[in-house]
Amino acid sequence: MRRSIHVSGTADMAIAEETPKITYKVPKKRHPVLQFAITQPLGAAGLVFIIALFIAGIFAEYVAPYDPLELDYGAMLAPPSWDHLMGTDAFGRDVFSRIIYGARTALAVGFLSSALGSGIGAVIGVVSAYFGGRIDMAIQRFMDILLSFPIIVLALAVVAVLGKWPIGGLDINLIIAIAIPMIPKVSRVVRSAALAIREMPYVDAARAAGYGHTRIIFRHIAPNVVAPFLIMFTAFIAQAILLEASLSFLGLGVTEPTAAWGLMLSGTSQEFYQQAPWMIIFPGLAISLAVFAFNLFGDSLRDWLDPKIKI
Amino acid sequence: MSSRLAISAALTAAVALLPAVAGAQTPKKGGELRFAVSAEPPDYDCHAATSFAFIHPVRPHYNTLLKFDPANYPKVVGDLAESWEQSSDGLTYTFKLKKNVKFHDGTPFTSEDVKATYDRIRNPQGGARSIRQAAYEDIESIETPDEHTVVFKLKTRNASMLTNFASPWDCIYSAAKLKEDPKFPERNVLGTGPFKFVEHAAGSHWVGERFEDYHVKDRPYLDRYRAIFITNTAARVNALQAGEVLSEFRGHSPADRDKLVKALGDKIEVLESPWICSLVVTFNAEKKPFDDARVRRALSLAIDRWKGAEALSKIALVRHVGGVLRPGYELAADEKELEKIPGFGRDIKAAREEAKKLLAEAGVKNLKFKFMNRNVPMPYTPVGVFLIDQWRQIGVTAEHDQPETKAYIANLRGGNYEVGLDFHCDAVDDPNLQLAKYISADRSPINYSRANDRKLDELYEKQKGELDVEKRKEILREFERHALTEAYTIPTVWWHRIIVNWKQLKGWHMSPSHYLNQDLQDVWLDQ
Amino acid sequence: MLRYTINRLLLMIPTLFGVAVLVFLLLRLMPGDIVELRFLMDGGQVSPEVLAQERARLGLDKPLWQQFVDWMSGLLVGDFGISMWTGRPVWDEISSRFQLSFQVAIMATILATFIAIPLGTLAALFKDTWIDRIIQVFAIAGLAIPSFWLGMLMILGLLLFFNWIPPLTFTPIYVDPWHNLSQLIWPALAVGYRYSAVATRMTRSTVLEVLQEDYIRTARAKGVFERLVVSRHAMRNAMLPVVTVIGLEFAFLIGGLVVTEQVFNLNGIGKLFVETVTRADYTMVQALVMLVATFFIVVNFLVDLLYAALDPRIRYR
Repeated sequence: MRRSIHVSGTADMAIAEETPKITYKVPKKRHPVLQFAITQPLGAAGLVFIIALFIAGIFAEYVAPYDPLELDYGAMLAPPSWDHLMGTDAFGRDVFSRIIYGARTALAVGFLSSALGSGIGAVIGVVSAYFGGRIDMAIQRFMDILLSFPIIVLALAVVAVLGKWPIGGLDINLIIAIAIPMIPKVSRVVRSAALAIREMPYVDAARAAGYGHTRIIFRHIAPNVVAPFLIMFTAFIAQAILLEASLSFLGLGVTEPTAAWGLMLSGTSQEFYQQAPWMIIFPGLAISLAVFAFNLFGDSLRDWLDPKIKI
Repeated sequence: MSSRLAISAALTAAVALLPAVAGAQTPKKGGELRFAVSAEPPDYDCHAATSFAFIHPVRPHYNTLLKFDPANYPKVVGDLAESWEQSSDGLTYTFKLKKNVKFHDGTPFTSEDVKATYDRIRNPQGGARSIRQAAYEDIESIETPDEHTVVFKLKTRNASMLTNFASPWDCIYSAAKLKEDPKFPERNVLGTGPFKFVEHAAGSHWVGERFEDYHVKDRPYLDRYRAIFITNTAARVNALQAGEVLSEFRGHSPADRDKLVKALGDKIEVLESPWICSLVVTFNAEKKPFDDARVRRALSLAIDRWKGAEALSKIALVRHVGGVLRPGYELAADEKELEKIPGFGRDIKAAREEAKKLLAEAGVKNLKFKFMNRNVPMPYTPVGVFLIDQWRQIGVTAEHDQPETKAYIANLRGGNYEVGLDFHCDAVDDPNLQLAKYISADRSPINYSRANDRKLDELYEKQKGELDVEKRKEILREFERHALTEAYTIPTVWWHRIIVNWKQLKGWHMSPSHYLNQDLQDVWLDQ
Repeated sequence: MLRYTINRLLLMIPTLFGVAVLVFLLLRLMPGDIVELRFLMDGGQVSPEVLAQERARLGLDKPLWQQFVDWMSGLLVGDFGISMWTGRPVWDEISSRFQLSFQVAIMATILATFIAIPLGTLAALFKDTWIDRIIQVFAIAGLAIPSFWLGMLMILGLLLFFNWIPPLTFTPIYVDPWHNLSQLIWPALAVGYRYSAVATRMTRSTVLEVLQEDYIRTARAKGVFERLVVSRHAMRNAMLPVVTVIGLEFAFLIGGLVVTEQVFNLNGIGKLFVETVTRADYTMVQALVMLVATFFIVVNFLVDLLYAALDPRIRYR
C-alpha cells in the first residue's frame, strides 16, 4: 500500500526559513476508493460497470420489463423496437430481460466458481508451501496433472461425469467444473508468495518461540498472500464467465429455459442468428463487456496493490 | 381454421403430382451431385445401422429386394425382385429375381445372396449384428429353388410383411463375402447398387461413382455423388445458400426454409410433407404420482395440441396433430375421430378444467416434477419449452432437464426419470412399427414407461394378423383410444418435413420418410 | 545442468501416468455408454442380447483393471487401439484431422507474434499515453471477447456483406493454397486475437521492466542511440518471457480450438474431441487427452529447461 507522507506543519515552516525552497507536495489523505478512482481511471470504469451488473442482477425483477420465461408466439424473432429494446428470440422472449436476468446467472456462477476455485487453490498453496517437503512434492505433482489438461477439457470432463445438480436455478456441478481448473493455477501463485514469506526470519523466530502452525499461517503468511489472491480472484471471475459461456455453448452448461448469456448464444440462436442477429449480438456483447470490466478492474487492482507482482 | 388433415393430404397429393410434371423433361446424363448430411455413419453395415446419416451416403451402393416407388409412396415396387406373389393364406411369399444383376466386383447376383442376407438379418452369426431381427421373427424358412427364385415361408400371417421387404435397411449382400467373413460389410462396401464406393474421408465427405454395369438400363444418370458431412446447422444452410451443395435430404426448419427462399427465390424449389416422426411424452409408471392414470390423463388434457402445433410450426419442424399413427396415413385416425380422444379436443378450456378436476380427484396438489428432454435444439427444445408452458396453465410446475444424449438414453432405459419427452421415427408407415411404443414394456424394448397393458398387447396381435384394411382400421381405433386414455405414453405433435433443392436437381421424389428414395438411381442434374 | 534435466525428465513420468489414470477413471464415471447410445439414439428397437454382444466385442465387459492394463500395454508399444464408435484405428482418426488443427494453431501463433511484439513494445515505450491506452484496451478486449462469438460475427459479416462463405472441405496447403487459406484464415483470426492479446500484455510488461533496469540507463547515459538501446538490450531480455508465454499459450490454443471448430464446422481435433466425449468413445478420448497432455508437459519441460539454462539460480532449488 502506498503510504502517505506526513510533514508536520511547524517543522515545515521552520525549515522553509533557512533552507532553499523545497516544496513537498503533500498528498492529501483521501479515502482509498477515491484514491483508486483517480489513479486508475480505467479500473474505476470497470468497477462502475461491475456495480451496474450487480444492481441489474439483484434487482432484476424491477429492472427487466418482461418475465424472461414468458413466451410470446405472436412476437417471435422480432427485431429491436420500443416494445422490445433488444428484440425477441425464437420463442418470443424479450432479449433485454433475459440479458438482465442473465447478469444474475453470470455473476452468481462467476463469483461462486471463482470463490470456490481460488479459495481451495489458496489453501492448497499455503499448506503446500508451509509444510514443504514430501507433502509439497505430492501436492505439486497432482497440480501438475490437473494443469496438463486444457481448461475446457477439464471442465467438459467434470460436467460430463457429474451431470447436473441444480439448486435454485444454478447448476452446482457446473460451478464445481469451472472451479477445478482454477485450483492449480491459484495454488501455484499463492505457493510462491507463501514461500517467499516462509524464508523470512520472523517466521523462524515465531517457530522458535513455540507458536503453533495455525497461528503462524494466519498471522504471518496469510496477509502477504491476500494481494495475489484478490487479484487472481477477480481475474478468475472473468474467466469463469467466459468458461460458462463456452460450456453452455457446447450444451454442457446451464439449460433452457434459464436466462444465461452463454446459453443465449447456442441452441435456437445457432439456428436463427443469420435472420435475427440481435439474438447473438447482445448476449455476446454482454459477456465481452462483463469480462472486459472485470479484467480492467483486476489489472488496476494489481497495479495499485503491487505493480511488481508477477502473475 | 380449415381441416389440417385435408391440407396434409392435399400436400402429399400435390407433391406426388410434381414428378409427373417434372418427368416431362428428358433426363441428362452426367455431373456430380453434392449434398450435405448432418451426421456421419459409424460404420458401413446396413443391418446394424439406425440413422439417416447412414442411409444418405451409403444407400446408393446397394439394392433391396423391394422398395417403395419413389413417385408413388406407399406403393411397393421391385428393386432386385422382378415380380412376386403372396399365397392366399398369406404364409408364403415367392419372389422372382431380376437377371443380369452384378455386384460391383463383377460377380453375379443370385438367390443365394438374398437368402444369405435375410439369414443374417434374422439370425446373425459370427459376430455380425442385426438390429431388426424382430421384424422377421415370423419367417420360418427361406428356400432357393433356383438361381432366380426365393421363397419365404412364414409361421403366421403378417399384414406388414411386404412393407418389411421394402425396408431400406435390408441391403442385399454377397453370400460369398459373408461366408468368408460375416463382419465383412462393417468396413467394406460391396453391393449391386447404382453407385460404386470411391472414398470416405472421415469427418469430411463420402464419394460414390456410377457403376457402369448397373442392371437398370441407362441408370444412374449421375457420374458421381459427393455427400459432405456438415454437423453445424448454420454452416449447412449457408452451404446450401451459396450453392456449394444442392440439397440436404433430411429436412430443414421453417426458419431456414424462409431464409433460403428469401435469398434464392426461384432458383430453388421447396418440397413439404408430413413426416413419420412424432414427439411423445412418456410417464414413468413406477414413480408416483404417475402410476395414477388420472394424473397422466390430466397432463395430456392440459396440452393445446391444435394451437400449439400451429405456433410451433413457425419455429420448429413440427406441424401436425396426430395419434399413434401419422396423420395422412390411410390407417390413421382422421380429425373427427381424433377430436374424440382425451387431449385432442378443440375446447382447451374445458379440457383444462377437467384436467384440474382429475388432479384434485387424484389428491395431487401443486404438482412439481423434472421433465427430461433431449439436449438437441431442433425440435426437442422448443417443444419442451412449449409443454412446460402448457402445464403451467393448470398449475403444474415442470423443471426442464436436458442431459446430454448418452445420459438421456441411460435414464430412459433405466427408469431414472419422472416424465420424459421421447421421439419416435420410422422408415415407413406401419402399425407394427408405430404401435411398438405403446404395447407392454416387457414386450417392447422401446416402451420406456415401464408399464404393462395386456389389452394393448392383445389388440396389437389382432391387428397384425388382420389382412382386411377396414377391419384393421377398427382395431387400430380401439387401440388408440385405449392407449391414450391410459396415457402411459402420449403423442404430442408430429413432425413436418421440409426439403429445399436447387432447381437443377431433378428426379428426386419427396416422401414422408427421410430414409426412403435415397438410392439416387433416377436423380439427374439439369445443367 | 544435466542433473536438473534428468530430474525434470523423470518427473514427467509420474505426471503422465497420473493423467492416464485420471482420464481413464473420469470416462468410466460418466453415465451412459457408447453401445446404448449408438443403437438407441435414433429410436431403434434393439434386443439386450445385441447390446451385450456389442459390449463384449468392445471389451467393455472386462473388469476395470484389465481394461486399464490392456490400454496401457498398448500405449507403451504405440498402439492406441481402435475407436469404439467406428472401429477404425484411433491413430487414423486423429492423424487425418490433426493437420487442420495444427495449421490453424500455427497460423494463430504467427499472427499473434507479429501483432503482439510490435504492439507490446510500442505500448511500453509510450507508457501512459493514448497509444498505450488504446493498445491496452485492444488487448483486454481480446481477452474478453469469446472467440466463438467472434467467429459467429465473422461468418455473419461475410455472409451479409459479401454473400460468401469459407470453403467447407479441407485441402492441404500444398495442394491448393488459396482454398486452404480462405477456409482457415477466419478461425485463425478468431482464435489468434485472444492469443495476441495475452502476448501483447506480456510483452508490454516485460519490456517495461527491462526498460527500468540499470544497464539500460547506463546505455542511455553513454549516449547510444535510443533505437539501438531498445532493439539490442531491452528486446533480447524482454523476449524470453514473451517466448515462454507464446509457447505455453500455444498449448492452450489446442483446447481453445474446441469451441471455435464447432462454429466454423472444421474437421479438426477440437471437434473430434467434443464428438468423442459426447459419444463416450473411451479409446478416442483417452488417446486425445494423452496426446494433448503430453504436448503440454513436454512444452512445460522445454520451457523450464530454457529458464534453467539461462538463470542458474533455478537449478539449485
